[in-house]
Amino acid sequence: MAHAHAHAHTKRYSGFMDWITTVDHKKIGILYLVAGGFFFLVAGLEAILIRLQLAYPMNGFLDAQSFNELVTMHGTTMLFLAALPILFGFFNYIIPLQIGARDVAFPFLNSLGFWTFFFGGVLLNLGFFTGNVPDSGWTAYPPLSTEFSPGQGMDFYSIGLQLAGIGTLVGGINFIVTIVNMRAPGMTMMRMPLFTWTAFITSILIVFAFSAFAVGLLMMTFDRLFGGNFFDPSTGGNVVLWQHIFWLFGHPEVYILILPAFGIISEIIPTFSRKRLFGYTSMVFATALIGFLGFMVWAHHMFTVGMGAVANTLFAIATMLIAVPTGIKIFNWIFTMWKGQITFNTANLFAVGFIPSFTIGGVTGVMLAVAAADYQYQDTYFVVAHFHYVIVGGTVHGIFAAFFYWFPKMFGKKLNEVLGKLTFWLFLIGFNLTFFIQHWLGLIGMPRRVYTYLDGQTGWNEMNYISTVGAIAMGVATIILLINVIITVRKPKDAPDDVWEDGRTLEWAVSSPPPEYNFKQTPLVRGLDGWWLEKRAGKTAMTPAEPVGPIHMPNGSILPLIMSIGLFIAGLGIMYHQTLVAIGGFGILVVCMILRSLIDDPGYHIEPEQLEGKGVKA
Amino acid sequence: MSHAHAEGNAIESLERTTLEGKNKILGFWVFLGAEVVIFGTLFAAHIGLRNEVNFSVSGADIFSLPIVAIMTALLLTSSMTSVMAIQAMHRHDTKGIAVWLAITVLLALGFLCLEIYEFYHYVHEYGFNIQESPFSTTFYVLVGCHGVHVAVGIIWISLLIGQLFKKGLTVVTAPKIYVASLYWHFIDVVWVFIFTVVYLMGKVG
Repeated sequence: MAHAHAHAHTKRYSGFMDWITTVDHKKIGILYLVAGGFFFLVAGLEAILIRLQLAYPMNGFLDAQSFNELVTMHGTTMLFLAALPILFGFFNYIIPLQIGARDVAFPFLNSLGFWTFFFGGVLLNLGFFTGNVPDSGWTAYPPLSTEFSPGQGMDFYSIGLQLAGIGTLVGGINFIVTIVNMRAPGMTMMRMPLFTWTAFITSILIVFAFSAFAVGLLMMTFDRLFGGNFFDPSTGGNVVLWQHIFWLFGHPEVYILILPAFGIISEIIPTFSRKRLFGYTSMVFATALIGFLGFMVWAHHMFTVGMGAVANTLFAIATMLIAVPTGIKIFNWIFTMWKGQITFNTANLFAVGFIPSFTIGGVTGVMLAVAAADYQYQDTYFVVAHFHYVIVGGTVHGIFAAFFYWFPKMFGKKLNEVLGKLTFWLFLIGFNLTFFIQHWLGLIGMPRRVYTYLDGQTGWNEMNYISTVGAIAMGVATIILLINVIITVRKPKDAPDDVWEDGRTLEWAVSSPPPEYNFKQTPLVRGLDGWWLEKRAGKTAMTPAEPVGPIHMPNGSILPLIMSIGLFIAGLGIMYHQTLVAIGGFGILVVCMILRSLIDDPGYHIEPEQLEGKGVKA
Repeated sequence: MSHAHAEGNAIESLERTTLEGKNKILGFWVFLGAEVVIFGTLFAAHIGLRNEVNFSVSGADIFSLPIVAIMTALLLTSSMTSVMAIQAMHRHDTKGIAVWLAITVLLALGFLCLEIYEFYHYVHEYGFNIQESPFSTTFYVLVGCHGVHVAVGIIWISLLIGQLFKKGLTVVTAPKIYVASLYWHFIDVVWVFIFTVVYLMGKVG
């Protein structure tokens, strides 16, 4: 009976069991970072294999099928299993701290979201062990992904991403409710740090974009496994339907990846410029506008499909409009640094390096938005160069910046600055070597997704070779980062609360790492950059909004893990047409849901005498 | 609950008394936003492909409006009875909630049985299975997706009736009942669109 635990004062689990049952947003954040980091390394390795194959003309390092598989898995893994989960890790860890909350709105669902994403990722990569790897590109256009992709390969794609997508959707709903309902007293919407704002808009995009993709994947599953006709032209089905659904999701997806990076940069640059963010209100407005316009432009991925001049023009203009709010952001960051006292440590180097790299990606984006010119760029390396400048120059720079910036808060120790700067410079140089030259490769006609090319084409050999050298440099930079992490985690925890000394937001007012209840007393927020305001007023802690009292905490639960395993089994059952296995998998899920509904979780309390740190009298 | 009686409007919103309850309701509204996109995408696919019958039967050939009209009546009535359940909840009438929810479940079961019969009829009478044509695929996936939602709702609301007897009406059970009722209204609204877009438009053009 649940009531037996009603007044338990201690947590039920410890050690490994604690990690797989945890509902603490900070631990789930670390789980996201570890899992996302793992998939980042896998996808990065795939990228290096791709570049090694393309280093020489008519290279025999990989055959065409393996190359297609690696291209597909590199893109899919990077977007769904690396970049987004790593950003989710930061959302989870930082947002409740920034808004002065003790936890997220749905701790149980938070855990469920992580495990569903994780098992979706495992299912997607299972193909490497069964010999059937997805091979139709991350965009999975039919009929390439249906009729012309026999074997189980693309089933791993459709079912694996379906699971991962459920996890992402659950996470998105959780962040929206957390940000709307769980803010500390005084933390109005227009006092929220910009990272929280971008997480909020991103979560809204996730809710609307990922559900469209879920339906697209469902349709693909029906076509591939149950003889459906959605995308089968021979019976009257329509392949362009997939393209619309995919890009209706796919375009917001790239904003889902870049907006949090905007948020990260908007936190780091003011901190290390010792100035408040220039144009806070316009930054919020620009974020919302980018999120809105992001849904209006999906068909610019389909200019050459034959939608007609009117549709192409409308989508071209809508796309170019996005340059306006994005430009506002770029200028605001520059004005924030203007006449500031800038500290160039690794976190800030990545943040400042983000600005030119992302701007180049944005400029080529406007070039691609010119529908008439797009007929020339379409499916060439120019497009590859463009989106890598946005995703690597933007999102990955943002992720690295956030990693160096918040690592001391999360683990209580600073990463090594010398190794960090080495990572930055090697990565920046390697990144530009790899992708800058690809603009020209594309303009002189090298198509994307070809596994090799002929010798004797002017410039192709040299440019491809340079690109490969750059990719290896990025790989070395990542290895140095790994070494940095390994060295740092062995050191003692010595980071002070406000480790950068100029922290502006609430996460710097709690210890590094924070206690499981985050705030001993819920803070009272008195303005934008609440912690900076308190420091300016000569305080050494946030003003409390409540007296010290017992803190209610939710109990951990193993159910999210079991539910995700149930979904995983059901997915495999559907893939291999094993009806009983599928029913069994869904049965596990349903039983867990019923248990969760029937057994109330009373949680437990941490009494005032168990709270650490000095109390602040109300 | 004496405190709740003291403040007039607190009685109205037992489901919003705790932060957990408020979170649950807001989260569920956001989830319904995602559901709107899910069904919207399925509707878009259906509208795009509904005339592609692949030399097989069309909607005008097979749809039988009387049975669909009965299904519509059952589901619309069940939506009303779920409102009655919420009304009873606001009166703190635990027995009333259980009775109205039970009627809701019975009506939903009637709907589901008719839908299963309808699908069975199409397959056996006309050979109209999911592989027949793009029209058949979108029809079964869209209407079937709604049917699965109804089935989930039946299990969910039945469980809630059981919990109501075991735990009574509390600040924990009230948000669950409220959210289930929101879900049920949504299922009902989707059916109104299915009735219009799939059946009426399918029958007349």
